[in-house]
Amino acid sequence: MFNILRDLLRYNVEFLIGFTLTAGIFLFALAHFFAPYPDTAIYLLPPDMPPSPEYWLGTTSRGQDVLWQMSSAIWNTMTFGLTVTILSRLLAVTVGMVSGYLGGKWDEALMTLNDTLIALPNIPILLLVYFVMRDQMSWPVLALTAALLGWNHDARLIRSVVLSLRHREFTRHAVFAGMSVPQILIRQHLPYVMPVVFFTAMNNLIWAIGLEVTLSVLGFSDINRPTIGGMIYWANQHQAIIAGIWWWIAFPIIAIVILFLGLFLLAISVNEYIDPRSRLSRMGG
Amino acid sequence: MDGFAKYLVRRFFQFILVVFLGVSLTFLITNLSPVDPVEQTVSLMTNFGATDPRSVELMREALAELYGLQGSFLDQYLSFWGRVLRGDFGPSLSSFPTPVMSLIMGALPWTIGLLTLAVIITWILGNLLGALAGYFRSNIPLKLAGAAVMALHPVPAYITGLVLLLIFGYAWPILPISGGAQMNLQPGLTLEYLRSLVLHGTLPALTLVLVGIGGWFISMRSLVSNIVTDDHVVYAELGGVSSGTIFSQYVARNALLPQVTGLALSLGGVFGGAVITEFLFNYPGMGRLLVQGIYRGDYSLVLGVTTMSIIAVAIAVFVIDLVYPLIDPRVRLG
Repeated sequence: MFNILRDLLRYNVEFLIGFTLTAGIFLFALAHFFAPYPDTAIYLLPPDMPPSPEYWLGTTSRGQDVLWQMSSAIWNTMTFGLTVTILSRLLAVTVGMVSGYLGGKWDEALMTLNDTLIALPNIPILLLVYFVMRDQMSWPVLALTAALLGWNHDARLIRSVVLSLRHREFTRHAVFAGMSVPQILIRQHLPYVMPVVFFTAMNNLIWAIGLEVTLSVLGFSDINRPTIGGMIYWANQHQAIIAGIWWWIAFPIIAIVILFLGLFLLAISVNEYIDPRSRLSRMGG
Repeated sequence: MDGFAKYLVRRFFQFILVVFLGVSLTFLITNLSPVDPVEQTVSLMTNFGATDPRSVELMREALAELYGLQGSFLDQYLSFWGRVLRGDFGPSLSSFPTPVMSLIMGALPWTIGLLTLAVIITWILGNLLGALAGYFRSNIPLKLAGAAVMALHPVPAYITGLVLLLIFGYAWPILPISGGAQMNLQPGLTLEYLRSLVLHGTLPALTLVLVGIGGWFISMRSLVSNIVTDDHVVYAELGGVSSGTIFSQYVARNALLPQVTGLALSLGGVFGGAVITEFLFNYPGMGRLLVQGIYRGDYSLVLGVTTMSIIAVAIAVFVIDLVYPLIDPRVRLG
């Protein structure tokens, strides 16, 4: 594991850049545990201060320090994204593997359901869920809803991997050795599926974070919990652009763009590591 | 023709299933939520000053009837279907007494126009760039263009749109940043109105194009670079077929098939991006209607827009499915 990481860092520039950006943002988010102010408190500091040695990234019109707000915001946004990713990976792996291995009627039913869910637009459904939940909407509920909507593309990918494993020699051996279906899936097939899971996890994380930003920018989440989208929401509420408080809106945008770029570079370089064909074409083969 | 018919029946079944599941899902979400829409509307309306308890009771009954929340669970479900099929979601409370359906019908052409244009431009540009970048792998300008669109790809529509709005609305104000057309112009086929339509649509469409193009680029490039090493391409090269013909007829044509299927699968996500883009640029389409409905607590409007957008996306997917056999002879011949 560490050897792979070391080799990727040494030979793959995209991975190196992606890893550095993501790790940097992650460390910055970790720093919120040492924040001098509570992250939900408002009107603690003089409002609308531009970036200065005292307040590095300035303060908001709500009297918060932009630097420490951002630190907690990224942490919360990443927590949300990871929760969605883990939940939706569990769903995708279960549905994909069961569908691919059992085949026949099961496969047909599950994949029809899968294709149907793919065709549904996510954002209107999420907005409807927020609308009917209103004040009872908390981020775990939102994460669960997003996870229920975000597994179907990857389930199809995992299914196709398992479909090809089903007819391999070792699967037949396992069946004749008396292993049960769950045992075969977990002990024999899961190791082959894991690379796909890792790759799709990156893309899913990007999608989930984008979703969180989109919804909280509109104010459709718990607006008192600092998130990147939530910061932009409050900045818009206070007309920060027109009032010239640019630091309130520029720094969150820069941070989120760096995070997205980092995760995306990680995703494509991990994909390259998993798929030897693209490695060959890079070598000019 | 047999294979074609079978394909059509299967696709149509899928279309019906999407609509059925989508409408049932909207019903379930609204019905199983712990918040009662009637109570919410009542509290919204009685916020201002005291109201006579008897008239509140009457209002409650009227709202329950309006929202179709009377009778058993099954009754409500069936009456919801009846309303969907008749296209009647009742009057909108935030712009009373205009029916929700006529608000939707006013907004739908804007969204369809914006999305159709943006999706077509995105798909053609992304696939063209991706195919060229996959075929001419060492071309420097193509590599740079690829890096640019791929860097924009993971950024959500709102952020891209906001940056565009800041650039073209505040820093260098050359494009209108709000609305669908100039307010004081009479809608019609005049040159001035059309010009205003195009100008107002530029930034929202540009946002959607910039956000969407990277995905097509990445998948097309990897498809093409896999096909380039296929036997039939190597054979054509050895046979002295010109590289232009190889590119268009041997490589790009094969790679386009999964991209058409991908287009149908991506529409749901594209619609989500349109919601946020319309809200940002105050564009008078379905997305803005939905967000406004939520802000104003307009239950019928939100329910109507959600249901109609699910159905509209399903129809668009079905239309693409109908086009697919025209470019893939295997489906036609069965």
